[in-house]
Amino acid sequence: MDTFIQQLINGLVLGSMYALVALGYTMVYGVLNLINFAHGDVLMIGAMAGLTILKILNSVAPDLPGYVKLGIAIAGAIPVCMLVNVIIERVAYRRLRNAPRLAPLITAIGISILLQTFAMMIWGRSPLPFPQLLSSEPIKLGGALISQTQLLLLVLAAVSMIALVLLVEKTKIGRAMRATSENPRIAGLMGVDSNKVIVATFAIGAALAAVAGVMWGANYASIQFAMGFMPGLKAFSAAVLGGIGNIYGAMIGGILLGIIESLGAGYIGDLTGGFLGSHYQDIFAFVVLIIVLTIRPSGIMGERVADRA
Amino acid sequence: MASFFDFDVKNTPGKAYSSMALILVVLLIFPFFAAQFGNSWVRIIDIALLYIMLALGLNIVVGFAGLLDLGYIAFYAVGAYMTALLASPQFAALLESVINQYPVFGEFLVGVMGPEILANGIHLSVWLIVPLAAVVAGLFGALLGAPTLKLRGDYLAIVTLGFGEIIRIFMNNLNEPINFTNGPQGVNLIDPIRVFGVSLGGEPGSRATVFVGGFSMPSVNAYYFLFLFLCIAIVFVTIRLQHSRLGRAWVAIREDEIAAKAMGINTRNVKLLAFSMGASFAGVAGAMFASFQGFVSPESFSLTESIAVLAMVVLGGIGHVPGVIMGGLILAALPEVLRHAVEPAQQAVFGRIIIEAEVLRQLLYGLAMVLIMLNRPSGLWPAPKSEDRPDGDIDKPAPASGVIPA
Repeated sequence: MDTFIQQLINGLVLGSMYALVALGYTMVYGVLNLINFAHGDVLMIGAMAGLTILKILNSVAPDLPGYVKLGIAIAGAIPVCMLVNVIIERVAYRRLRNAPRLAPLITAIGISILLQTFAMMIWGRSPLPFPQLLSSEPIKLGGALISQTQLLLLVLAAVSMIALVLLVEKTKIGRAMRATSENPRIAGLMGVDSNKVIVATFAIGAALAAVAGVMWGANYASIQFAMGFMPGLKAFSAAVLGGIGNIYGAMIGGILLGIIESLGAGYIGDLTGGFLGSHYQDIFAFVVLIIVLTIRPSGIMGERVADRA
Repeated sequence: MASFFDFDVKNTPGKAYSSMALILVVLLIFPFFAAQFGNSWVRIIDIALLYIMLALGLNIVVGFAGLLDLGYIAFYAVGAYMTALLASPQFAALLESVINQYPVFGEFLVGVMGPEILANGIHLSVWLIVPLAAVVAGLFGALLGAPTLKLRGDYLAIVTLGFGEIIRIFMNNLNEPINFTNGPQGVNLIDPIRVFGVSLGGEPGSRATVFVGGFSMPSVNAYYFLFLFLCIAIVFVTIRLQHSRLGRAWVAIREDEIAAKAMGINTRNVKLLAFSMGASFAGVAGAMFASFQGFVSPESFSLTESIAVLAMVVLGGIGHVPGVIMGGLILAALPEVLRHAVEPAQQAVFGRIIIEAEVLRQLLYGLAMVLIMLNRPSGLWPAPKSEDRPDGDIDKPAPASGVIPA
């Protein structure tokens, strides 16, 4: 039972990071019907920017408490990521809005290669250690342990998601976003400035990815220029699992995927009588994804999507 | 170009056949010319030909039938690993691990197959490997197609992507308890291809030189001719398919699945055929890759490769065979050419190396993808629009807001 709770906590932590990134995918998809394949690399830029800010902080004000430093790192990484993502939209997607559907996919992949190469030039090729800022003393929760970083991650993810929901449901720009994803043409006729909405969507998605990126670094203590690939892929799967275009779907899909993955890794040995080991962890996410989509072709909370490749 | 070369067999057969013959002659002479600058250049073209086979196969799935497949490289892997099992000592290792884990079953297998296989593994000839690779990969294609028939657009993309990753993870981990794939180390010592008793890898001690009759040529040239032959065969099959009843059914599904169904097309079977035909091309390419390299490992079959092949199709001109060939050639050869060219170029211009070749290569590769797509969104050499309905855009609302309609 203790293992179960422990894996559940690990899954929740992993899943809330997936959810933060998945929101970026799903929001962009909602307004543009486009998969922003470079989004995983925005997470990487967030982690790298956070690390640079921490290095500067450590030389300027080494006596600040860990929480404050981490907070400053996140606050600094957010505008960097926003800028990067808005530039991506401007350069790679805006001119292709009426192009064949696969064209922006290819520019997105090109941008992803470019971002990784730039990161490699700036921060180097080898993995960088991410400083441990919070006390490594774990907190006991039932029979399981949760580190302070993980706890902070959960809190931050919850706060960000609540803020996002409030933004989307209560503010003017949120209403414009909902209208645009419902029907961009009619939203335009009603006076919604679609370019403004799209830029806002990319910026908000990037901010969430920045939070996830810095916390990813703090949690796993090592970052690299290619780190964005796997979380990006999983988060995209999570967004699809939840029903792409739906922000609640992305949250649920992300957390579900994280929990399935870590429970799967914990129990796959017992389930298959030792035939398959925990290195099959990644299979779980995809197998569940395939099963769910076969039963429910538009995801858990999704609606029908456009049917052209 | 269009005025000089003309492939319109129906209207101007003489000109079309002479253009084809001219291109064929150039293709046949090419390796002897390129070999003057070193075998590595021919090798680059060999790899490019493999990618062209892959791109043509994916073009059937994505270009003709409009099914976005992001896990296409899995079929390439299936072909390559099948060859690795059936044309290398690996099968001996497989049997040995079975004997260690399940002695009774293992002894039974050895009894059936004979002790020879336990000692040396299986070494099938290329005449069996190629059709087997096509059939096995085709079966895998249908296997992937069956559960995904209901899915559309981006949902299909993510499921195929997941399928590709699953195959890769299995290749990485299926070395225990039974050693199928030798895990991350990969399978070594795969037999080179033998055609009529001549090994294209060159006989031992011949320094990778192939002797045919009185001629001798480097091994890479011999493989070039084999791959070229297969490429031409695949191009021929693809073009014939495109204008067949099946090809028109694929295009109909791509344009409007519901309407296609209403016209009496069995969309289920036609889609499955698209998946498995595309997959079988990749299976053959994979078998060739394994024999050519003599080595396979899971690294060669990552998602990045799937994406690269998709990029070739889209960049070249989706659904258009000459465009896809061009896309494959450019994207497969460009990084290699850049690898050879950027360092000397920097030396010449600046007198020293400012940016590492590897980094610059990546930069230019990414930049090329973005710039080509921005300037030519339908690809470098897109399909002529003849198959579109004249009023094809009538059901799409005009993009008044500058946003793609949902």
